[in-house]
Amino acid sequence: MKYLDGFRNGKAAKALTARLKAAGERLDAQGKTVQFMEVCGSHTMAIARYGIRDLLPDCVKLISGPGCPVCVTDTGYIDAAIDLGKQGHILATFGDLVRVPGSDETLAQIRAEGARVEVVYSPEGAVALAQDNPEKQIVFLAIGFETTMVPGISLVKIAAEKGLDNLTVLCAFKLVPPALAALGSDPEINLDGFICPAHVSAIIGADAYKPFVGPRGVPCVVAGFEPLDVLYAAVELAEQAADGRAELVNQYNRVVKPGGNKVAQAVVAELLELCDEPWRGIGVIPESGMQLREAYAAFDAVKRFGLKLEPGRPHPGCQCGEVLKGKITPQQCPAFDKGCTPTHPLGPCMVSSEGSCAAYYKYVRREAGAETMEVSK
Amino acid sequence: MCLAVPMELLEIRDDGSGLAGLSGATTACNLSLVPDAKLGDMLIVHAGFAIEILDTAEADKRIALFEQMGEEADEAGL
Repeated sequence: MKYLDGFRNGKAAKALTARLKAAGERLDAQGKTVQFMEVCGSHTMAIARYGIRDLLPDCVKLISGPGCPVCVTDTGYIDAAIDLGKQGHILATFGDLVRVPGSDETLAQIRAEGARVEVVYSPEGAVALAQDNPEKQIVFLAIGFETTMVPGISLVKIAAEKGLDNLTVLCAFKLVPPALAALGSDPEINLDGFICPAHVSAIIGADAYKPFVGPRGVPCVVAGFEPLDVLYAAVELAEQAADGRAELVNQYNRVVKPGGNKVAQAVVAELLELCDEPWRGIGVIPESGMQLREAYAAFDAVKRFGLKLEPGRPHPGCQCGEVLKGKITPQQCPAFDKGCTPTHPLGPCMVSSEGSCAAYYKYVRREAGAETMEVSK
Repeated sequence: MCLAVPMELLEIRDDGSGLAGLSGATTACNLSLVPDAKLGDMLIVHAGFAIEILDTAEADKRIALFEQMGEEADEAGL
């Protein structure tokens, strides 16, 4: 398939690796070591899968950010969902969330004990559940960033149109730019640039990162998910760092427009409003979440069931919070590959297919398992 | 959660939804966020919704750039 193979060209990877090496030599000459954050979980997975870290000069580090929606979902949210499931309501959820530990148990555990936890591929699956089970209340676990927000919230419009009164959403939507601002201003993290997410940017537009660049900012590169996309982004960031520039470059312009998807933005503006939102490991970031507007309160699970979301109790041995902030790599967590594995995860980063710990476990821990492009450094 | 693979829009149904496919695999998708989508367009599908149409001209330009880089790498003996 042309639109995949064209971005997996090993010869071009050699050329890009040579450029990275040259940028690394310039950084070395300046005595600089730089670290760039890949914000999105799918980038984390691509970097691990294709062995991109092995192509970086020693003075260029890539660290993983908080862009896995399951991973940043607060423990207290899982606890609230578990309570609803135990009360006999049907929970509709994306699959990744099912095995994420709450304070005491997981959705998978309550499902094994008889609760109805239904995995849906699309939020429209929750609509079908509501139609098929008119005597039951269906709660859709609406987590995700800007990309998933629109599909997630569209079911409210569908439910309103169809007159369904047994469908609600439990919102924990999160916005990427406020998280970048929080991480960018954390003196303990010290970031020199961002690989900005691909499909979040398709919704919000590349221009959303303009506030992060410029004289007091860092370089931002919007990149796709193919290996050459990520490698090219690393080259752009390293060259900008060596030049002392901090510019916004949209390398994923085959999908991302400067202003994003205006239709999707209109859906969000109609249904949702800003709220303060808790992020696992980071804490509450002001105006970093979206909740249903008052006009749609009838579809808000928090209001229908009188829920009060409390901070949960993550496993004391889990350091997902430090991993999500890029302060440690998964392998620096004492529990990694010991008490915490994909079969018995202590935290969400080991559960999700986009989680940093799962990516490291699958591709980095066992080097023989890594798919790499044939590139010599 | 993000499917990075572009899929071709094969069918637009009476209810406005679409059928997208890649290499024989197909999936239903909601087209409400890409009202300009037409048959043959390559779509980015996320959680059952097409969120954007691939700009094939831009994709072709980038692929050509990578091919050129590859040829130069060959000539330089990398």
